[in-house]
Amino acid sequence: MNAGHWLEVDRLEELARLEAPAQRVDARVKAVVTLVFVVCVMSYSRYQVSALMPFFLYPIAMLARGRIPAGYLFRKILMAAPFALAVAVFNPFFDRAPMAALGPVTISGGWLSFASVMLRFLLTVGAALILVACTGMHRLCAGLESLGMPRVFAVQLLFLHRYLFVVAEEGGRMTRSLEMRGARLRALPGRVYGSLLGHLLMRALARADRVYRAMVARGFDGEIRLLRPTSLRGSDWGFLLGWTAFFVAARIWNLADLLGGLLSGGVS
Amino acid sequence: MHMADALVSPAVGGAMWVASAGLIAGCAGQVKRSARENVVPLMGVLGAFVFTAQMINFSIPGTGSSGHLGGGLILAVLLGPPAAFLVIASVLTVQALFFADGGLLALGCNIFNLGVYPAFIAYPFLYRPLAGDRRHSARVWAAAVMAAVAGLQLGAFSVVLETRASGISDLPFGTFVWLMQPIHLAIGLVEGLATAAVVTFVARARPESLYQSPAGSAVPGGGKPVLAGLLVAAALMGGILSWFASTHPDGLEWSIARTSGRAPVAEAKPWPAVSAETSGTGLKGGVLTLLLAGAIGLVLRWRR
Repeated sequence: MNAGHWLEVDRLEELARLEAPAQRVDARVKAVVTLVFVVCVMSYSRYQVSALMPFFLYPIAMLARGRIPAGYLFRKILMAAPFALAVAVFNPFFDRAPMAALGPVTISGGWLSFASVMLRFLLTVGAALILVACTGMHRLCAGLESLGMPRVFAVQLLFLHRYLFVVAEEGGRMTRSLEMRGARLRALPGRVYGSLLGHLLMRALARADRVYRAMVARGFDGEIRLLRPTSLRGSDWGFLLGWTAFFVAARIWNLADLLGGLLSGGVS
Repeated sequence: MHMADALVSPAVGGAMWVASAGLIAGCAGQVKRSARENVVPLMGVLGAFVFTAQMINFSIPGTGSSGHLGGGLILAVLLGPPAAFLVIASVLTVQALFFADGGLLALGCNIFNLGVYPAFIAYPFLYRPLAGDRRHSARVWAAAVMAAVAGLQLGAFSVVLETRASGISDLPFGTFVWLMQPIHLAIGLVEGLATAAVVTFVARARPESLYQSPAGSAVPGGGKPVLAGLLVAAALMGGILSWFASTHPDGLEWSIARTSGRAPVAEAKPWPAVSAETSGTGLKGGVLTLLLAGAIGLVLRWRR
């Protein structure tokens, strides 16, 4: 159990509470823009690299406008990198047809698609993290609920997020006390594991029971009420339409190639 | 077993989103109708429990390696299929949003692969018939192991199919299957043992907290919405696969191309223009665009 890992998650929520321009944009708008972004990025053919570059504008702009430290976000993305890497790393071995040439160096299709996969990984995972970092779980769930997500599921997400830390701390206490009694084990023997996890489960169940009683005591009647998101402002519409237009434009025309062509034309 | 966004095409991701969203809506309706008020905090806390449980390892006897609980099967045992599916979906959503595990586009695939099989197939068709109402015997252990293995094998195979249909990874089908299935056989074994260990402990210590499916609704998932969702998913998968098969050289052509030299491979992929000039422009433009984006970011940071 790594406590630092959990503190980092909490930090995402802290960033969402900052008073910055990106945080003020309506949650629904940001969710929709993020989805359009991800779909646009993923809809390219597998050998496309240069056309992906204009899409970096969105995460970079959001980092700047949301005062989100880029290094922190990058570290979080790296932690998740192994799976994408594990599958994409075979591409260069299987696909050796020459695809592009840079002067004397030819690049095989495999390397090109490898680069493309890693870039897309960076973009899509970054966009999801940015969405949370500048929205926060509460506003995001309320926004998604008003976009049509079932309320039971929205409430489930909120409850899960709230009790994540509570139960994790419980688990941390149990493993710490085990370690203090001399069992410095990386992995537990089966019997100990069963009873440890079983106890953790029973504590979690007892906690759920207490939570439920507290809810009933405060007037819970089986119906969960979420905060209503406010109506969209002019700037929200601007954000939505502006970014969507940009993504669609970048998807239709290869902006990077256009720019490169312009430059080459101007120089020669 | 999480799939990443970078390996899923929008068509596959979208299809699996639709399937998973439909299942979530169906399950949400069922949970709401079940009118067990206390299930709301219970689901939330059990989701958090699964998160924590994934961080505690136990040693696998005789191998020197270790494993942990995956969570799908134990949730189904504790909550019943519909509520368990919602909890798994919420855990995966939080993992995608906060831990960059998986991704938004792949979320539909992940919910389907890791949620549907344990909750709607492994639990009702393997675990319940095998384990019955007994909670201490060797049957619980056997049932848990078999159900977990079956659930994970199906899930792993779905991962292969979805990755294949997306056409982003170059791994040949056979190799990928041989990579995925044996690994998930081991993982399923571990998952089953962990689930059985926890279930038998709780059965001894606090038997009343194990889920008892109400008489009459012991039918898997309680019926239609789940079945409809599965059918939609199957139809979509079929459609995508056939479309994919017609636009992309298949495994056979691929192996022919490999054995007969490189030239046919280059012919088989006519999409990008291969020429030094265009790729040079692309590179220049790409670097320039990136620099431009960075500069805009700096400007935005200055003027706040």
